Amino acid sequence: MFSFRDATIKKKLTWMSALASASALLLAGSSFFAYHLVTYRSALVRNLVIQADTIGLNSVPSLRFDDKKSATETLSALRADPNIIAAAVYSADGNLFASYAGNGGNGQAIARVVPPGRSDAIRFDGRRLRLLHAIVAEGEQLGTVDVSYSLNDLYADAARYAAIAAVVLLISLGAALLASSRIQRSFSEPIARLAAAAGAISHEKDYSVRVEPTRNRDELGVLIGTFNEMLAQIQVRDAEVEAGKARFQGLNEELEARVLRRTAELEATNKELEAFTYSVSHDLRAPLRRIDGFAKLLVDDYGPQLPADAARYLSRVREGARQMGTLVDDLLNLARLGRQELKQQVTGLSSIVEHVTTGLKREIEDREIEWKIQPLPFIECDPGLMGVVFTNLLSNAVKYTRPRQHAVIEVGTVEQNGHPVVFVRDNGVGFSMKYADKLFGVFQRLHRAEDFEGTGVGLATVDRILRKHGGAIWAEAELDKGACFYFTVGSTPTDGPGSRSTQGGTLNAAQAS
Amino acid sequence: MPHKQVEILLVEDNPDDAELAVQALRRDKLANEIAIARDGEEALDFIFCRGPHANRSFESPPRLVLLDLKLPKVNGLDVLKAIKGDPRTKAIPVVIMTSSREERDLVEGYRLGSNAYVQKPIDFDQFRKVVKALGMFWLVINEPPPPQTFEAN
Repeated sequence: MFSFRDATIKKKLTWMSALASASALLLAGSSFFAYHLVTYRSALVRNLVIQADTIGLNSVPSLRFDDKKSATETLSALRADPNIIAAAVYSADGNLFASYAGNGGNGQAIARVVPPGRSDAIRFDGRRLRLLHAIVAEGEQLGTVDVSYSLNDLYADAARYAAIAAVVLLISLGAALLASSRIQRSFSEPIARLAAAAGAISHEKDYSVRVEPTRNRDELGVLIGTFNEMLAQIQVRDAEVEAGKARFQGLNEELEARVLRRTAELEATNKELEAFTYSVSHDLRAPLRRIDGFAKLLVDDYGPQLPADAARYLSRVREGARQMGTLVDDLLNLARLGRQELKQQVTGLSSIVEHVTTGLKREIEDREIEWKIQPLPFIECDPGLMGVVFTNLLSNAVKYTRPRQHAVIEVGTVEQNGHPVVFVRDNGVGFSMKYADKLFGVFQRLHRAEDFEGTGVGLATVDRILRKHGGAIWAEAELDKGACFYFTVGSTPTDGPGSRSTQGGTLNAAQAS
Repeated sequence: MPHKQVEILLVEDNPDDAELAVQALRRDKLANEIAIARDGEEALDFIFCRGPHANRSFESPPRLVLLDLKLPKVNGLDVLKAIKGDPRTKAIPVVIMTSSREERDLVEGYRLGSNAYVQKPIDFDQFRKVVKALGMFWLVINEPPPPQTFEAN
C-alpha cells in the first residue's frame, strides 16, 4: 500500500508544490468569484429598484385616473432590458392593474392579486429575481410594482467564469509542477546521490567513494562538501588503522617467533639441566660410595692392625663421604623441584602433618616432645610437596629442640587478611633475627655443623615449594627461646608481615610462649 | 667343562663398584657364583649365550641379574628390554640397581618389566644391608622359575 511517509523526497516535493499551487489558486479564484457574485447581485437589485421606482412614478397618473392603457405603455418601456421576464402594476387594493410579459416570459409570472406592502420585497427564486415595490404619492400608497428579472445571464457568466478558473488552475498547476520538478531536482538529486553513496559505504566499506558536488552553495552543497570531507578523514583513519593492524600483526608474528625461539632455547636448557642433574646424581654418588665402601672394608678387614689415629681418620673419611652424599641428594631434590609440575588437589593439611609426625616420632622415641597440633584447613596444594614442607619444618623443629629437656612443637593456623597462615613453632634454640634473611638461601646455615647437622638445603626447598604454590614463608625467632615459621599456600596476603622479608619482624607469641 | 650355575649376574661397568658389590654379597655368604659383565653388550652376550658365552645354555640362566643403568655400549634399559622382550629370557628376575633415582628411569624400568628397582646407598653399611636383603629374597626366599619357563615356544 502506498504510504506518503515512505515516498521518495522527489514525490513528496511534487505533491507539496501541486498541493500548494492548487490550494492557492482555488482560494484566490473562489474568493474572487464570491466577491463578484455579491457585488453583481447588489448592483442588480439597485438597478431593479430604480427601474421599479421609475415605473411606479410614471404609473401614478394612470392609477389616479384609472388609465390602464397608459400604465401598460409605461410598463412596455421595460422592453429595453431583455432580462426582465415580466412586470406588473397592482392597484392599491392589490388587483392587477397592468402587466408586461418580456422576452421569453409569460403571464404565468403575474399574480392576480398582490397584497399591498409599503416596503420593497426582494426574492431570489431559482433562476429569477422578483421585486415588489410600493407606488407612493403624497404619503398614500397607490399600488405596487412587480418586476421579475431573469438570472440566466448571471448563471451563464458564473459558469464561464468557473470554466476559465478551471483552465487557469490546470495550466498553473502544470506550470507549478514543471517549475517544482526543475527546482526540486536541485534538492532531490543531491540527496539521492548522498543516500546512494552512504549505502555503498555502509555495504562495501569503501571509503574512497565521493558524492558529486552540486553547483549550488546551499545547505545541501555544504552537506555534500562536509560529507566528502568526513569520508576523506575516515579514509585516512581507515588507512592508518589498516597500517596499524598490519604493523601489529607483524609485531605479533615477530613476538610469536621470538616466544617460539625462546621456548626452544628454554627447552634445550631444560634438557641440558636435566642431563646435568642426571649425571651429577649418578656420577657424584658413585665415587662417594666407593670412598665409603673401601674405607669400611679397610676398617673391617684391617681394623685391628691400624693405629688408633688411622681408624679415627678413616671414620672421618666415611663421615665426609656420607655428608656429601646427603648434600648431593638434597641438591638433586631441589633441582627436581624446579622442573616438577604441581599436582594440586584439595588436601587436608592435618592428615599430612599426622603422617609426617608419625614418621618422626619413630626416629626419636628417646626424646620427650610435647606435640600441640591444632586442626588445620583443607587447601588446594600438591600433597606430596606439602609433605616435603612439613617434613623439613617439623624435623627442623625436632632437631633444634634437641637441647630441651621438655620440647614443645606446635602446629596451627592464624588468620591474616582473611587468609589462613599456617605456623610451626618450637621452643628450641632459635636464631638471631639478624640472620633471618639468610634463612631460606641454599647452603645457608645459622648453626655450626658440630652442634646441628644439616646441609642448608631444607628451608630453601621449602621456600621454593611454597613459592611454586604462589605462597610465601617467613619466620620469627629469638635466640635460645625458639622459632616460629609461618607460611601461606596460594595467594599471599598483600600486606602485613606476609612478605618474604623476615627482617624487622615483631616478636610475637612465638617468643612470648 | 661343565660350569656351575651362575647365581648372580652383576652388570656394572666400574670395577670398584663391582668389587664393593661382590664384597657385600660374599661377606653375607649369599652367592657363590657371581658373574660380572662390564658393559651392556657383554651382559647380552652372557644372557643370550653368544660370543664368548656361546657355550652357555638358556636352560641355566642366572638366578638374578643386578643391572646398572648407565653402561657403556648398550645401556641398562636396552639390556632390560632385550631380556624381557625374549620368551627365553623374560622370566629371569632383573633388579635395577643404580646410583640415581630418576623418575623417568623408574617409570621406564618398570614399563620394560623390571622386577625391582633399588638405589645404591652411599653408606657402605646401608649398601650391604640392601644387597643382603636382595640376595635373601631372590636367592633364598623366592621360588625360582622352573626350567621349562625358559623354553622358547
